[in-house]
This record gives sequence, structure tokens and C-alpha cells, in this order.
Amino acid sequence: MKYVDEFRDGDTARQLAACLAAEVDPARQYRLMEFCGGHTHAIFRYGIPDLLPDNLRLIHGPGCPVCVLPIARLDMAIALAQRPEVILCTYGDLLRVPASNRQTLLKARAEGADVRMLYSPLEALSLARDNPSREVVFMAIGFETTTPPTALVIEQAQLLGLKNFSVFCNHVLTPSAMHAILASPESEAGVLQLDGFLGPAHVSTVIGSAAYEDFPTQYGTPVVIAGFEPLDVLQALLMLVRQLNQGRACVENQFTRAVTAEGNLKAQALTWRIFEPREQFEWRGLGHLPKSALRLRAAYAEFDAERRFSLPEFPAQEHRACECPAILRGAKNPRDCRLFATACTPANPLGSCMVSSEGACAAYYTYGRHMQTAGAAH
Amino acid sequence: MCLAIPVRIEALLDEQTALAEIGGLRKTISIALLDDLQVGDYVILHVGFALQKLDEQEAQRTLALLASLGQLEAARQAAAGVVPA
Repeated sequence: MKYVDEFRDGDTARQLAACLAAEVDPARQYRLMEFCGGHTHAIFRYGIPDLLPDNLRLIHGPGCPVCVLPIARLDMAIALAQRPEVILCTYGDLLRVPASNRQTLLKARAEGADVRMLYSPLEALSLARDNPSREVVFMAIGFETTTPPTALVIEQAQLLGLKNFSVFCNHVLTPSAMHAILASPESEAGVLQLDGFLGPAHVSTVIGSAAYEDFPTQYGTPVVIAGFEPLDVLQALLMLVRQLNQGRACVENQFTRAVTAEGNLKAQALTWRIFEPREQFEWRGLGHLPKSALRLRAAYAEFDAERRFSLPEFPAQEHRACECPAILRGAKNPRDCRLFATACTPANPLGSCMVSSEGACAAYYTYGRHMQTAGAAH
Repeated sequence: MCLAIPVRIEALLDEQTALAEIGGLRKTISIALLDDLQVGDYVILHVGFALQKLDEQEAQRTLALLASLGQLEAARQAAAGVVPA
């Protein structure tokens, strides 16, 4: 595939790795967080940890929307799906995530609920048109990448005058989570020391590189936005190492082929026309974060599933031994969890990080990291 | 969930939709989030929507930079007498 294959060249990757090895200062540690689950998977898929110097450690961030969705929201979705008039549609990643009592949307479907998997939110509009006697609810989830498509669908539903379509909105904001990580109890206690962020690729195509300016200025933490291919990741790591070696902290952009300083202004304008920030929203592992998620504006209230249906919130039950919350904060590694690769596997997941194709546990399992001893891998 | 792929615009159908080539298949995608697209442009496609235009000059510049970093490293290794693996 053009603009993909060129960024996967093995010889160049080895040379970049040699550059990194030559430039790291052996007297210090480099603890760098890749925020985005897409990076976590690229890193393991291409064996990047094996190419890195021993004193450069990658910490996996919470940039996986399915992983950070609190169980209570999933319980609400399952309750919605169980209503006889409702067709609940959402992205495939969500269907197998265990909610309270290990219930899932997929199990609810097996028990008779009408749950459909979507590739594109546009399909939700067709579903609503084709099923006028049913209530079609689109469970929207995702970071800034996925939000503009949802916004567009809501705008189109209004234009079409659809009366049986609504959105259960779980869209969240990347910069809010990055602030939360830098201000987490582990960070403040010095347990989680973070020297820099590898910034998300596709989120940044929408919000632009300027959206990260607070992190160097407020915390002195450098950010380098990186593409999702292995050469992108290695080059961005080199850029972070160079900033740290030179004592600099700023926002740099490795993914210049798709990310600009201002991002996609049309998509941003559409997002803010339809959505507004919630006062606060719960993130699995990170707690209740202020202004960290979106809800529909009052002008679009008729399309808001939370206003249309009364969705009671029950106390959610986390699996007691599951370490997903600490893994999402970067405070623990999947191998620190005693369920990892024993009771919890991709075929039988107990935690969200094992289900989602972007979760850290799924990445460790899929690419064989569970077979290594604790000291052998980063 | 934020994964997206670069695809080439093959035909513009109307203001909101285009045909794109994805791994040898042609698929209708939404271009409602971008202005001024032309046939032959590459875009980043996510859940059926073109999110951003791919800047081909910047892509070439990054590849050139990566190649020069590689050459620099090869020269450094040669100077240090390291035999590449």
C-alpha cells in the first residue's frame, strides 16, 4: 500500500535503531509514553522494543477508547439493547467487552437483544430509515478521530427528519487524559516518571499539533506526534531523545504528511456545532476527569439517547483481580496482572485491555510477550 | 479504534462522496469533512470518512530524511569500524 510500505523498511529501521543506541545518554533513563493504542500495537507488531536501547522504556498509555470506557456505561448500553424496541448498533470492538457480571453486548445479542455491528456510523442512518418502527441507537465511542463522523451523522439525521434515531455518546478528549496522567497519584508520588509523550497519529490529523502546547509549557514534558508505521515510531523516538538530551521540551511533529498545526478545522467546527464538553466524565483507570468528554448540545437533544431514554446508572462491578485501571494509567504492565495470559486471554477476556484490538494486554498477548520473562522485554 | 489508512481518490461522485481504491477494491467514502479534494489525492480514511488530505511532498520529505539518517548512521558505523548486522 502506498504511503504505508515505504515506512516499514527493515534496513532503515535497523539504522534508525542504531542512531538511537548511539545517541542515548547511558547515564540516564528515558521513560516515554505512547499515548495511543494504535502505537502500542505497531510497537509490538514490528518488534520495536527489541530494537531499543536498554535505558529507553516505552510505557503504554490509555489511548484506547474501548479500554477506558467505564463498566457503568457499558451496563447502560446493555440495558438499552435489552429494550424490545431498540436496535443498538456500534463498532465491533465493543461487543465482547465484559460489563458487570461478565455480561457483554454479544451475550445480550445471543439472549435476544438486537445488537448490530457497524463499520461506519453512516450505516446507522440506513438502519433507522429501514426500520421506522424501531428505535435505532448508535453507541458512539472514540477519541477526536471518530467524533467528526458521529457529528456528521447527527447533522444528517436532523436534515432527514429522522425520529427513530439517537446517539449514546461516549466520545472522549485526548488532551484531558494526558493532563490526568501527568497529574495522577503515581505521577505526583514519583512512581510514574514520564519523560515524554509519543503523540497520537490520527487524533492529531483532526486536532492539530498545536493542541498539545500545554504539555511542554505546563509540565516541561515534550510531545512528538508520530505516524503509525514502524519508521515513524522510531524517528519520533529519536526526536524525543534529542529533545531530552538537549534539555528542550516542545511539541514536534514527525507525522507531517498528515498532521498540520491547526488540524482539520472543518471537522473541528462540525464537532463543536453538535457537541459540548461534559462537566466531567468517568474514565476507567483515571477516574472522573473534568471537561474530558462530549455530549450533544441542547439543539440536538432529540438525538441524545441519554435524554430520550431514562438510563439508570447502577454501581458497576469490576473484576477484583483485573489490573486494567493501573495498566491504563501506565502504572503497571500487563505482565504485572496475575490474570494476564492465564484466566484472561483474547478468547476469554476478563478486562477491556485484553478485548480491544488496541489494548495493551491484547498487544502483549498477540505478539508473544507473555512468553518472555519479566526482565527480557521492555 | 483510531486506526485509519491512506487511500487514493479515484472519482468524485458529489460534494460529499467519492470513490476510493482500498487494497484493489473500489469503495464509496464520505469526503464531507474535507474541502477541495481532487482525483489522485491521497486521504486518511477512518470509519468511511476522509479525515485529512495526505501531503505527498511531506511524505517524500520524511522518507528522504529517514534515508539520510540511515546513511549518516551507516557512515558513523563505518568510521567506528562496526560491521552492520
